[in-house]
Amino acid sequence: MLKSYLGIDIGSISTKGVVVTEEGDILASSYLWTEGNPIGAVKRLLAQLEEDLTGTEARIVAVGTTGSARELIGAILDAQAIKNEITAHAMGTLSLHPDVRTIFEIGGQDSKIIILRDGIPVDYAMNTLCAAGTGSFLSSQAKRLGIQVEQFGDYALRAERPTKIAGRCTVFAESDLVHKAQMGYAVEDIVAGLCNAIVSNYLNNVGKGKKIEAPIVFQGGVSKNVGVVKAFADATGHDILVDDCGHLMGALGIALLAKASGLEDDFDFSIRSMSFKTTGLECGRCPNNCEIVCVLRDEEFLAGWGNRCEVGLEQIMRPE
Amino acid sequence: MEPRKVTFPHMGEYWIGFKALAERMGCEVVVPPRMTVQTLELGTRHSPEFVCVPFKYNLGNFIEAIELGANTIIQAVGGCRFGYYAEVQAAILKDLGYDVKFIRLDAGRNPLDMVRGFRDKMGTNKSFRDVKDAFFFAARLGLAIDEIQDFARKNLGFQVTPGQIERIETKYLARLAAATNIREVDAIRQEAKAELGSVALDRPENPLRVAILGELYLVLEPFSNYDIGRQLALRGIEVHQPLTITEMINHSIKGFKHVDELIAHSGGWVDHHLGAHGTESVSLSYTLMKEGFDGVIHLKPFGCMPEVNAMSAMQKLSREYTFPILFISYDSQTAETGVNTRIEAFCDMLEMRKKGVVSA
Ligand code: SF4
Ligand code: SF4
Repeated sequence: MLKSYLGIDIGSISTKGVVVTEEGDILASSYLWTEGNPIGAVKRLLAQLEEDLTGTEARIVAVGTTGSARELIGAILDAQAIKNEITAHAMGTLSLHPDVRTIFEIGGQDSKIIILRDGIPVDYAMNTLCAAGTGSFLSSQAKRLGIQVEQFGDYALRAERPTKIAGRCTVFAESDLVHKAQMGYAVEDIVAGLCNAIVSNYLNNVGKGKKIEAPIVFQGGVSKNVGVVKAFADATGHDILVDDCGHLMGALGIALLAKASGLEDDFDFSIRSMSFKTTGLECGRCPNNCEIVCVLRDEEFLAGWGNRCEVGLEQIMRPE
Repeated sequence: MEPRKVTFPHMGEYWIGFKALAERMGCEVVVPPRMTVQTLELGTRHSPEFVCVPFKYNLGNFIEAIELGANTIIQAVGGCRFGYYAEVQAAILKDLGYDVKFIRLDAGRNPLDMVRGFRDKMGTNKSFRDVKDAFFFAARLGLAIDEIQDFARKNLGFQVTPGQIERIETKYLARLAAATNIREVDAIRQEAKAELGSVALDRPENPLRVAILGELYLVLEPFSNYDIGRQLALRGIEVHQPLTITEMINHSIKGFKHVDELIAHSGGWVDHHLGAHGTESVSLSYTLMKEGFDGVIHLKPFGCMPEVNAMSAMQKLSREYTFPILFISYDSQTAETGVNTRIEAFCDMLEMRKKGVVSA
């Protein structure tokens, strides 16, 4: 038997999973869209991972969950470790780059920065408010310019004189971009300008006040965009490392944390065939009127969140 | 004229002191209902959009108290925008059709000045001495509340029987609320101390120590900061909160000298008064760092100028000494889950720094 650990990172947009050995080698991994249904996404993810593992000796002895749906999925899978995405990303990245000092991450809807020294996170920041400088902003602008977002990077690299685009805020960036396009600037220059705008927005907001030192690892969906990678390199004066498996760092980190928990319990893929249901309800016992989310396994109460006091859950578990 | 029914904004458990003060002025008191989501919703609905969030909570308290019969509001005033709270809130309540009188509690040049001013505005027939005694009594209650809560913050995370400290805290706060004289307050305080002292604790030798700093209201009102102090404590952290009524009383006795001292002890990180508690934020960050604290959590309402000013110095300080400071900004839209995630990540980070490893 090969002891292994399952890590799942459930974000609002995508769900990622890895199975690692005790040494931290990745045995199987998978990546798919959450499609607004974290439970469904995790079931599909588990099916893929199980298939990848058939024929191997791997036996999963601990599970970890991270990402915005970590509590929900953690309850369903009876996880040994449930941790926020910052800690998970830091741990995953450190396992590949023990000397990393800065992690940039730009995802579909949010972005973060983690500063590490001597293998320990010492500072971080995240931005979930401003859409400028996230993946979804890039794709909408690509559409506006009539090019595929996948080609964005190549366009940027071909630019001769990147256009200046106001990157402070999506609204301004968008109108500025429209304006520059109408003035006849080359698409390449505009695209490169946009990449620069995203980078300066990121460094001025998320990265504000942080001591950015190399080695720098860049992760998240936007890290696949070579134009943005180059803009980061220009802005910081350092090489920017991008891993092929950069998108799996959260899942990898939480798998390692599940291992570090020292807790073990054989994980059974048959959990896929159980039925899980979430229901939301308003407590209504006091003016807080908490919205409580409950998850039921085969119609039986499993866990609930969102109650500000005990009354809320008691009422659900023991309705009169 | 209708008899006066006095109310005031909530701030943690200090309602016990405010209530005692108003009662000793011979007024009937309507304590605003406990803060709920509805309080903030009411306050937000009727406030200018960009006003700082403490204003919205206060307004919500007032409306809920008026609905219970309050007709007089005591509102403290201070530097910055806080100075205009009372006027703007009075105008809003009037537009809403509520007929209420505002009484401003002005810190004045010194404590005696404050007592005199308050007595005049209350138009009470109580003697100056009675009013002064009322302040003393209220202050004594404040000290007792601080003492109990300070113990709770520092030890909650280590109690062997979960909930025990909370139960003791609730019990003694209720007794303080019913106390009628200073001697009684002191006796309750002693008893509380003894009982808290006997709680079984499982305390590591060097627990993580974190201080909560920032804008006064957010620091003092747990409902508004999503009970951050408790959250931290339950993660096994010794939580310090240097801003309390006890501290404010000490400062008001010292007067302006207090700010000079803060500046003198700030290691050069602040050289002029930033207004409200901004100077404290910077200066205390420096002294706590020197004392070997593991980190600071800084709370501020979105758009709070004194604290925004403090932040840039704090950010530099944090970078210079790699001293962890977590900045959290609140408005009426701030999502509780987002704050929780950041707190959890911050605690993980502190733990890793201390041990060099993470535990799940
Ligand atoms: S869970 Fe508690 S706080 Fe929330 S509405 Fe119910 S009784 Fe009120
Ligand atoms: S200290 Fe900050 S929150 Fe308080 S009134 Fe002034 S600006 Fe507003």
